[in-house]
Amino acid sequence: MSALVTPQEAQPIFTGLDWDFTLIDKIYAEVEKIGLGEMGLDVYPNQIEVITSEQMLDAYSSIGMPLFYQHWSFGKHFARDEALYRKGYQGLAYEIVINSNPCLVYIMEENTATMQALVIAHAGMGHNHFFKNNHVFKQWTDADGIMDYLAFAKDYISKCEERYGHEEVERLLDAAHALMNQGVHRSPRKRAMDLRSEQKREMERREHGERLFNDLWRTVPNQRRRKGMRLNDEERRRALLGLPEENLLYFLEKTSPRLLPWQREVLRIVRLIAQYFYPQRQTKVMNEGCATFTHHRIMNRLHEKGLITDGSFMEFLHSHSNVVLQPGFDDRRYSGINPYALGFAMMQDIERICKEPTDEDRRWFPDIAGNNEGYATLREIWANYRDESFISQWLSPNLIRKFGFFTLRDDEDEDELLVSHIHDERGYREVRRALSRQHDLSRRDPDIHIVDVDLAGDRRLDLTHRVHDGVTLHEDEADRVLRRLADLWGYEVRLTELDEDEDEVIATHDAEPKRPFGG
Amino acid sequence: MHIIDRRLNPGGKSLSNRQRFMRRARAAVRNAVKEASKGRNIRDMDQGGEVSIPAGDVSEPVFRQSSEGGKRDHVLPGNKEYVEGDSIARPQGGGGGRGASADGMGEDEFRFVLSQEEFLDLFLEDLELPNLAKRQVTGEGAPAWRRAGFRSYGSPSAISIPRTLRHSLARRIALKRPGRGEIAALQEEIERLEKEGADEATLAPLREELERRTRRATVIPYVDPLDVRYRRYEQEPTPIAKAVMFCLMDVSGSMDEHMKDLSKRFFSLLYLFLKRRYEHVEVVFIRHAHMAQEVDEETFFHSRETGGTVVSTALAEMVKILQERYPLESWNIYAAQSSDGDNTASDNPRSLALLTESILPVVQYYAYLEVGSDDAQPAMPGTDRPTNLWRAYELIVGPKVPMSMRKVNHRRDIYPVFRELFQRQEAVTV
Repeated sequence: MSALVTPQEAQPIFTGLDWDFTLIDKIYAEVEKIGLGEMGLDVYPNQIEVITSEQMLDAYSSIGMPLFYQHWSFGKHFARDEALYRKGYQGLAYEIVINSNPCLVYIMEENTATMQALVIAHAGMGHNHFFKNNHVFKQWTDADGIMDYLAFAKDYISKCEERYGHEEVERLLDAAHALMNQGVHRSPRKRAMDLRSEQKREMERREHGERLFNDLWRTVPNQRRRKGMRLNDEERRRALLGLPEENLLYFLEKTSPRLLPWQREVLRIVRLIAQYFYPQRQTKVMNEGCATFTHHRIMNRLHEKGLITDGSFMEFLHSHSNVVLQPGFDDRRYSGINPYALGFAMMQDIERICKEPTDEDRRWFPDIAGNNEGYATLREIWANYRDESFISQWLSPNLIRKFGFFTLRDDEDEDELLVSHIHDERGYREVRRALSRQHDLSRRDPDIHIVDVDLAGDRRLDLTHRVHDGVTLHEDEADRVLRRLADLWGYEVRLTELDEDEDEVIATHDAEPKRPFGG
Repeated sequence: MHIIDRRLNPGGKSLSNRQRFMRRARAAVRNAVKEASKGRNIRDMDQGGEVSIPAGDVSEPVFRQSSEGGKRDHVLPGNKEYVEGDSIARPQGGGGGRGASADGMGEDEFRFVLSQEEFLDLFLEDLELPNLAKRQVTGEGAPAWRRAGFRSYGSPSAISIPRTLRHSLARRIALKRPGRGEIAALQEEIERLEKEGADEATLAPLREELERRTRRATVIPYVDPLDVRYRRYEQEPTPIAKAVMFCLMDVSGSMDEHMKDLSKRFFSLLYLFLKRRYEHVEVVFIRHAHMAQEVDEETFFHSRETGGTVVSTALAEMVKILQERYPLESWNIYAAQSSDGDNTASDNPRSLALLTESILPVVQYYAYLEVGSDDAQPAMPGTDRPTNLWRAYELIVGPKVPMSMRKVNHRRDIYPVFRELFQRQEAVTV
């Protein structure tokens, strides 16, 4: 550790509530010293933007993006958030941070100086580091291009509105939004090769063929090609269309027979934005945990250094403990597991294991227990996991006890709920696995695929939903989504819900297009 | 690190999103507004307020797993007493410890706040004042100056520099005035050649050219008086649409509080409505029993009087006030009369005469509202005898007459009746 400045020498950078731009500058410099210098974070350059609460509400309602295209549903969220905010049911977030390069941090003018320091540490250091280093973000998002792309999307959609009418564009966006969660690639796909590499491959093949050439082969009667090996028509058709396909929006954009070019482009916009947010949905606990841990550490260090007063440290603690509060399941305030609380507790716990492991920790985490390199270990973890893998690997028995986690089995065939595992020796692994699954997006989002379509025939689009554990789709909503899908596809659509193991049909939903898009 | 102050940007990016939302939810919101306005005092009718609409119209469906059925495992925090293998009774209605409720918001209803503007817009949607044609243009408001193009003379302060320079540029191009750069280049060329010691034969034509160009540049001025343009302003009288609304009410003993309340609601609505159509609305309250007098609002609604009912006195009073204070050419005149329908029989002819001769020809609209008591039985055929005044008025109501009459018994009917009276009528009032 570097030599510490003793509290007596340092002057607090601010006293009182007010802040101005020079102060923000000073705060940032100190926060950066701790973040980059002591914790070894690696961040995009920050761009701090000061906004009003009204603008914050605005940004809120467009899923946190300041540059979003216009759609009524954002107005709806705005109306709701505004009503809740005005009545005091819901506070505003202190900040919004955008995963871009430079990283945009929005701070509210109403915040006090302490809160601004907290926000800069939380978003400008914590989230920023996570965005830049986590593998899911690295793989799926392009921080350099997102702002430009959003600007393009907004512009494109407003031009479409001018040319094709508000109503038509709105209807299209409605339909696309309904499929947004089914509009992401969950695993990296094979990219179409560019001409050069295709040429190269072709050359290599030919060379290989020439090397192995033997005229005798010509004389061998070629039985196989005539029979068995050939794909039957249906399989061929599916292979050509790249089916089964889980990314419905992608499939529609590429294959839908009736859509006009601009409609495909709009679908693409919605799809790319969904893809951009996919990593955030996968790493909620980690992302918030990382940011909360970072701000907690930075604020503590600022206080230790005497750079913030006791008063503002108390203010920080008050708001921090509100953020990481986890009410129990029987509490009126309970609304699910608080990602801030879980993430923060896990990060702290990991650091503790690195520094002062108990025997239990040594048994559970032999790799890191007592390695005394808390920050490095955490950085490593922040880079290489997402929520589901993070929890399944790093949730310690200690925390399970502390949170009092237990699993509840809800089986529709039974009259009562069963407490299947609790926080004891027998239950740790089960509880941890269940919690990890609960954070697994691919389990939470219904598993829906396009499996078949006969473009030369009736063009009915066949989808399946793999039902896990007998949990079917919400019927009413599924029907409504399907109607929109049918409009996009232009022909009939059928969704079959199949049981996971037995391939037994549980339910089918059909929809016909009412007002198909396209010409 | 950069700090950018975005506060200066106009907020309300969501305003257009909000409008889109309102457009989307229009039908539902309109119903909600109607509902909300029922329970509301008419005085604060024009405030905005919270409304809630069924979420069905504005829901955003997605594929999601249903919250019932199947086998599922929930992980919950905060265990205090349970041990492995315990059974818990299934909580009713999905509440309690079930981690199922998605985001805390009930999906069946959607609440939000309407601004005053939005509220009134919806409230008075599709209503139109009849006979708007006579929107009077008067010179009472300050005349507004309006930009009206350019002209070639004017005061120096009104010079339009962009326009002037544009003309100058056009002229210079048209007359091929050599630019400063061109002359300088030629000059340099000559100096260079001179230094290099070129002979006169090559220099002479260049010098001549330079001479020619310089002369041309002086002869053709950079800015010529011809180019100068001045901004032109026009004085424009601002049309002021003024309206006066006469409220006539019977306050004789037979009018009870309920009836007065009905009248008041009707008048308030009318006032609200006029206020949105006209910049300036004046209200004249005339109450009458056997005598009519002009009173202020307070007295109009709250004081009581007894005596017989002579409608014509009120009408006469109205005519008098009209003549005194509201010259026909600068006012739009609306009148609303409310009464329980009683009138001294001998007065009817006189009232009718006043109406047909002095009032109806000058007013834009005359609405007669007959209020009945709350417990009035639903009209049975035969038992529903038209009142004295109603029968009289019926004689003069016709398609060409700007007058209409309605009956109201209950508070909830006021709004529909009002809407009916002012329903936008296509191609009827031309």
